[in-house]
Amino acid sequence: MVRLTRRYRFSASHRLHTGALSEAENRSLYGKCNNPYGHGHDYTLEVAVTGPVDPETGCAVDLEALDALVRREVLADFDHRNLNEELPDFAACVPTSENVAAAIARRLSRRWAEAFPEGRPRLDRIGLRETPRNSVALALPRRLTKEQDES
Amino acid sequence: MYITKRAEFSASHVCSVPGFPEERNRALYGSAANPHGHGHNYVVEVTVEGAPDPVTGMVLDLKRLKEILNREVVEPMDHRFLNREVPPFDAKVPTVENLAIEIWRRIAPHFTGAGARLHAVRVYESEDLYAEYFGEAPWSA
Repeated sequence: MVRLTRRYRFSASHRLHTGALSEAENRSLYGKCNNPYGHGHDYTLEVAVTGPVDPETGCAVDLEALDALVRREVLADFDHRNLNEELPDFAACVPTSENVAAAIARRLSRRWAEAFPEGRPRLDRIGLRETPRNSVALALPRRLTKEQDES
Repeated sequence: MYITKRAEFSASHVCSVPGFPEERNRALYGSAANPHGHGHNYVVEVTVEGAPDPVTGMVLDLKRLKEILNREVVEPMDHRFLNREVPPFDAKVPTVENLAIEIWRRIAPHFTGAGARLHAVRVYESEDLYAEYFGEAPWSA
């Protein structure tokens, strides 16, 4: 088994604000990220997949299929967009790095079996870097993607 | 505790399966199938796991790891055409996956004793693509 990680980039704006808290509480919790006009980042997305290496081709993943899936399910909707205003993923949740990474994992998982009908590789990990100083990583349990593959 | 050492080498390669027709190799590997070859500045990161020695404060002697990487990886692969000059890539496609496995295979024999354990080999083919190999044992469980 080899884990292969591919990096992608997108630029998007967002505002961190929750209706569950008062204006003052939002300002205090999210600081500058609570600016009502929003602000933006150049995000770096890492998609890691794990699978056996085909003995003939030496490949663990069809990179073209992976690129096409990430472009279609993530980049086409996220790049140069306002995450709060334009994406249903963040209608009911705050587009923090954590929630953006989770939304990307959901989007890729639900179309994974179509893109990789042979059942390999599996989606292993999503990494998201919001700025050079902030990043999150989401490890996907083997079970989760398997169930989603089967559904 | 994990400790990671980085090494670099530049090499050319071709990704194609000798028996496949050219269109099939193009479809599989894209521009990497160009029969004349192309090159990368590869970056290798080797991660070793162990407890720091109570006296030296070190998980392992990094100078020794550097020597192992130079001897087993950098010297044989730097400024080479992998397919023509570096076995087993005369018979195996030098994808980034196979490079990670081969580098593991070359350095693993140096970690058989007590002490630091080889944890991972990560090979960057470019800033946007890397493969990691952790050996086979943990995966088969």
